[in-house]
Amino acid sequence: MLTYTIRRLMFAIPTLVFISLIIFLLLELAPGDPMAEVPLTVPPEVKQKMREALGLGQPLHVRYLKWLVQFFVSEPLHILSNMTGFNLAGDAARLISWQSRSPIADIIAERIPQTLWVVGMSYVVGVLMALPLGIISAYKQYSWFDQLGTFIAMVGYSVPTFFTGVFLIVIFSVELEWFPSIYDTTLRVVDWDTFVLQFKQMVMPVFVLALYNAAQISRFMRASMLDNLNQDYVRTARAKGLKEQTVVLIHVLRNSMIPVVTVIALGVPTIFGGAIITEQVFKVNGLGQMLITAIYANDLPMVQTLTFIFAILIVLFNLIADILYGILDPRIRYE
Amino acid sequence: MISKLIVGIVTAGLLLTQAAFAGRATDGTVKIIYWQAPSTLNPFLSGGTKDVESASMIIEPLARYNQDGEMIPFLAKEVPTVANGGVSSDLTSITWTLRDDIVWSDGTPFTSADVKFTADYCMHPEGGCAQMSKFGGVTSVETMGDYSVKVTFDGPTPFPYGPFVGGESPIIQKAQFESCIGAGAQECTEANFGPIGTGPFVVTMFKTNDVIEMKANDNYRDPNKPAFAKVIFKGGGDATAAGRAVMETGEFDYAWNLQLAPDVIARMEEGGKGIPISGFGPLVERFMVNQTNPDPSLPEGERSTIKHPHPFLSDINVRKALSMAIDRELLVEIGYGKAGKLTCNVVPAPKIYASDANDSCLVQDIAGANAVLDAAGWARGSDGIRAKDGVRISILYQTSTNAVRQDFQALIKQWWSEIGVETELKNINASVFFGGDPGSPDTYQKFYADIEMYANTFNGTDPQSYLGNWVCSEIPGPDTQWQGSNIQRFCDPAYDALHKKLTQTGDLNERAEIAKALNDMLMQGYYIIPLVHRGRMSAHATSLGGVVLNTWDSELWNVADWHRK
Repeated sequence: MLTYTIRRLMFAIPTLVFISLIIFLLLELAPGDPMAEVPLTVPPEVKQKMREALGLGQPLHVRYLKWLVQFFVSEPLHILSNMTGFNLAGDAARLISWQSRSPIADIIAERIPQTLWVVGMSYVVGVLMALPLGIISAYKQYSWFDQLGTFIAMVGYSVPTFFTGVFLIVIFSVELEWFPSIYDTTLRVVDWDTFVLQFKQMVMPVFVLALYNAAQISRFMRASMLDNLNQDYVRTARAKGLKEQTVVLIHVLRNSMIPVVTVIALGVPTIFGGAIITEQVFKVNGLGQMLITAIYANDLPMVQTLTFIFAILIVLFNLIADILYGILDPRIRYE
Repeated sequence: MISKLIVGIVTAGLLLTQAAFAGRATDGTVKIIYWQAPSTLNPFLSGGTKDVESASMIIEPLARYNQDGEMIPFLAKEVPTVANGGVSSDLTSITWTLRDDIVWSDGTPFTSADVKFTADYCMHPEGGCAQMSKFGGVTSVETMGDYSVKVTFDGPTPFPYGPFVGGESPIIQKAQFESCIGAGAQECTEANFGPIGTGPFVVTMFKTNDVIEMKANDNYRDPNKPAFAKVIFKGGGDATAAGRAVMETGEFDYAWNLQLAPDVIARMEEGGKGIPISGFGPLVERFMVNQTNPDPSLPEGERSTIKHPHPFLSDINVRKALSMAIDRELLVEIGYGKAGKLTCNVVPAPKIYASDANDSCLVQDIAGANAVLDAAGWARGSDGIRAKDGVRISILYQTSTNAVRQDFQALIKQWWSEIGVETELKNINASVFFGGDPGSPDTYQKFYADIEMYANTFNGTDPQSYLGNWVCSEIPGPDTQWQGSNIQRFCDPAYDALHKKLTQTGDLNERAEIAKALNDMLMQGYYIIPLVHRGRMSAHATSLGGVVLNTWDSELWNVADWHRK
């Protein structure tokens, strides 16, 4: 298992370097200009000066290598220096966002809390809703509960979040005035009152995303349970006189969880990717909103760094999912 | 009885809050939402309006424009003019006298050294300063004692108010930015995110592209201002959500630039918690009428160049008829509502520069347009399209992709069909159309079409450089990489001579007369056909007082006067 893990990790390095090159080239070839947001009244020669100040005058390969060095060497050193207090990085140039001229790592660190709180929480809530929903739906297949579960899953899956989000805002913010329509990122939870405020502003975005996540995972759970319920070992267990509860929740559930756990693990990187639309709708201003504004502003270093971090997470969680599979299912061995 | 009691309590409460307005930091928190989030508070590193306006609450220029486009002193004692001796009689230098009672928010005195430093900072060749054009023609900025600054230009400059005037050219503190000059400007994150200023508010927290928290500046020059103790400046989302947050849910006090359909605004207003306000600068949605031939059969490099005059748009009667057939009132109503006005000028504001010689365009006149074309010999063919000497009036009409613009295209195509003009519509993604890539055939500069529609404006209140867009030497072509602002390829030596006269005239009234004459030459020749005078629409909460919408400077120019009603 260990050698397998190490082998996979080694193999991930060229994959990631290749991905970084593809991302870089795609962004370079895409049309767009970081000065497009600058008003028409600013003359073209000033815009040209601004482009040069951003380092855009240099040839392609120089900029790519610079970015690689900054991402893999200077940035980790700077982050380490900030954590330990020793100056390890010296004055090596940092990865700078073109929109704000500030280090990208700092901006990401600023954005992660609200993304983890809102998007992460919605994932947890979604999974907690999906598992019982899937199990009961499968066990009582074609019952009214199964029909209802299927309906909710269909709605959650097919109605886009920009609709459910705005729908909830119109009902709960404009009409009933229960929840705020704009997420306050300056709020610090220090006492009960601020906790209530935080809870209130998280209700709608978490619900919208949880519905979407639950819809997907509950379908997997149901399908996987149905596969196992008809297996011979289930009949054997019942024939042995085991309680129905034991049969379903121990024998069937454990085996059914194997593919579902992989699906859940593979979904984790999307939490860090934020939920671009939901974050925009509720003004959560997390990683997703940051990515979309960077794309609009043609802030290449930011888009490149974020997408590459997502790529790393996806490669990593693929590996974790594979290892989990091996742990859960003793029949599977990677050697 | 109870209702009377409630009224009594409410009135008492109102009186109390009004009494409270007298002092600094007594009105609690004001919440502002910009649906484009500020990225930095250093306007020299970003030309974006969101950045310039958010920074204008913290750092200030020597003088600002008020809501009527008039200059009023802020950090200077008065606005220098030739009359008060502040501007030299040969118009080559301007001397600003600063107020001597101003301190920065950190308590240190504000002096001429800071003003000179600001100029050095922006004019540094490696700094990539977004406001460099404000300092165009400046040869030197010298301090003359602690409270006087002299700016010298390379030639006579009748409008010397580029540097240090308006929200785009504020003064930054020398002590704070000294090590950030030139290439280092990019790396001074702390200073760029928290500039020390002289304005009514001080940054306490800045999260880029998200939110700014500010508190009242203890060292602000007026001891009774600002009325608010704290500002939350939230960014992000979209215009609809921002309008909703002010007018429907009441979560925010001020929402910026609500580019929304008139009926959407009206529905939000019914929420009753806020009111939309509009203001008008010189922004005009217009047609540019190509004077050169964009025919695709011409060899590349000769299309839309002065080598080939336009087959039918070079006839003034055709241009005039196209303008007469347009119902501008309907365009305003459909596209912009309260954020649009009728105009027949390309320079519709400030008032002293607005001509009234072209007002005949205000009324649609299809019959008149037909008569003009008939008289000029453009006869209808069997397909109903007018032609003369084998040339059919068939127009390729392009603009950027945008719901309002596509509505306009459809309407105008209909009107033109009524006067026997065939129209082909085309829309192009805005980032390509305005992108200026010389390799693309679809940019507005290349103008491979007969007529194109977009909006443009000018900064500040002086139209000299704007009117200078249409002199002969500004015509774009392959030899200039298609750079140049004379998009309609109009060339008239009389226009050039008159514009030259404008650059040499100092007297304001005389300048206004010349500017109007230049505007009239473009209008009466129908080289540019104005459609809608577009304004800016914002909204504020009914409880927020003191808001004066200003389109000539930052919208937040008088935030020190804002208070809770």
